[in-house]
Amino acid sequence: MSDQALLEVRGLRKSFAVSAGVLARGERAASRRAMAVDGVTFSVAKGETLGIVGESGCGKTTLARMIVRLIEPDSGEIRFRGHDWLRAHGAELRALRGRIQMVFQDPVASLNARMRVGAMVEEPLAIHEPRLRRADRQARAAQMLQAVGLGADSLARYPHEFSGGQRQRIGIARALVLRPDLVVADEPVSALDVSVGSQILELLVLLRREFSLTLILISHSLPVVAQLSTHVAVMQSGRFVETGPIEQVLESPQHPYTEALIAAVPKLVV
Amino acid sequence: MAPRLEVCGLTVELPTRAGWIGPVKDVSFELAAGETLGIVGESGSGKTMLALALMGLHPPGARRRGEAWLHRAAGNGGSGPGNRFDLLSAREREMRALRGREISMVFQEPMTALNPVLRVGTQIEEAIRVHRPDLARSEVRRHALEAMKHAAIPEPQRRARQYPHQLSGGLRQRAMIAIALAAGPSVLIADEPTTALDMTVQKQILDLLQALGGELKLSLLFITHDLGIVGQIADRVAVMYAGRIVEEGPAAKVLRHPRHPYTEGLIRAAPRLARERLESIPGAVPALDHLPPGCAFAPRCSHRVAECDARVPDLIRAAEDPENHRARCILMR
Repeated sequence: MSDQALLEVRGLRKSFAVSAGVLARGERAASRRAMAVDGVTFSVAKGETLGIVGESGCGKTTLARMIVRLIEPDSGEIRFRGHDWLRAHGAELRALRGRIQMVFQDPVASLNARMRVGAMVEEPLAIHEPRLRRADRQARAAQMLQAVGLGADSLARYPHEFSGGQRQRIGIARALVLRPDLVVADEPVSALDVSVGSQILELLVLLRREFSLTLILISHSLPVVAQLSTHVAVMQSGRFVETGPIEQVLESPQHPYTEALIAAVPKLVV
Repeated sequence: MAPRLEVCGLTVELPTRAGWIGPVKDVSFELAAGETLGIVGESGSGKTMLALALMGLHPPGARRRGEAWLHRAAGNGGSGPGNRFDLLSAREREMRALRGREISMVFQEPMTALNPVLRVGTQIEEAIRVHRPDLARSEVRRHALEAMKHAAIPEPQRRARQYPHQLSGGLRQRAMIAIALAAGPSVLIADEPTTALDMTVQKQILDLLQALGGELKLSLLFITHDLGIVGQIADRVAVMYAGRIVEEGPAAKVLRHPRHPYTEGLIRAAPRLARERLESIPGAVPALDHLPPGCAFAPRCSHRVAECDARVPDLIRAAEDPENHRARCILMR
């Protein structure tokens, strides 16, 4: 792995207990384990966008959550900016948390319905930059909302007053307000209409340039991943079955599953 | 050939505190036997309300105007004046006799549309028993297995005894299709039937629906937000925006040479494998209680001129276009 890697993941594993059911007895009651992520290794260099594509149940969301440490892996190693990210604790953990942020799939569920948009975008600053004065915090939040295409009038409003696309912009503003080094976006457009989704993808391209973002984009849709990624990893049953620069993978897929994913993309004109 | 479904000037209105709003406005189309018409639109375009209004499942308090005729297939009892049904004036009792038997619907969420506490086979049998109370139990079971075979459900005997949670998303949607087809309808409305599914499973379901169109001479009204799917499955396509059809024509024609700026924008905005520059449509779909006076798309349109705001343009046929390709845009003149 290169020295410039911002994020290095090695042999990451996570399994979950599968219950045999409340009526199971004896041997059957001993719970089996399902491997959600089964030994994933990759690295992301600064400025790259890694697209992780796979279908439901392949483990891509579990992987995303481990990368941001919302859940802990069973085994494996993650190095972020040279730090041992999985062993980080205390002040080091808090400092690093601000450097990795996440954009969630569901723009309704991931926003607090009872918080004003301004307060929601300010909150990460209040936690990670506590010495910032209130006025500066508000200014940073307003600035970030403007960067994602929302006016100053949005600060005092509540999430329900916004459309799905606007809510996803709020989620992006909340993730970017700390100027993180790495943003993990888990299905950021799958809950949106085509024309709104393409606006969000366009926005991500713009923000990536403006804030020199490194991005991990997770999606079930190969076309969505193809639009933004520099590199792609195809995930199936907890493993990466194919990785490489996006053009190379799209032009000459090596794994049959990658071929199947490409073949399943509906052609606009037959 | 006479159409199976004939919709003329259908308008659906809903009461709100701000007054009546029209999620479906002046929609007309015909659907022939064995034909697939794709209805394309984004959320709020009125495509789902159109489907619900045709099924008589629109929300209480809504009012419908216009005409919607369902013509019974020749095999189901011949043709003639007694074999067409007025879907808009039919009473609930009459609609109940038509639903499933003549016209069926498949919904987006196979998870919530199935009853979790009943076996899959029981739910398919129910759809048959409602229309054929005279059939013996073994006969009902035979018909149900037949429907499962049409829906290409592997090991139908075993699957019939299982509960919905034991099936994958794709199989659940196949079970929904089996329920919809169980009583032998001639028209099937599918509302985003593959949106909740993985891409590879989506392809299987689309292939299945396409095969059924040929095999059972099923007329399919396929509702989707995805133009790519329409290109794959539909013979003709109608694009809806803010309640109106803004473009209609043969699918290949509309997708290759869109005539309405909205259709063009949608095609450009659809993510593709080819890494071209993304081009999205600026702005957002207008709220139904704040529609512009003229063309509803005008505020987002790069071709907008003063005339666009004068009145809603008609659906105009392209002069040089021999096929029935029409668009609701002043550029057509």
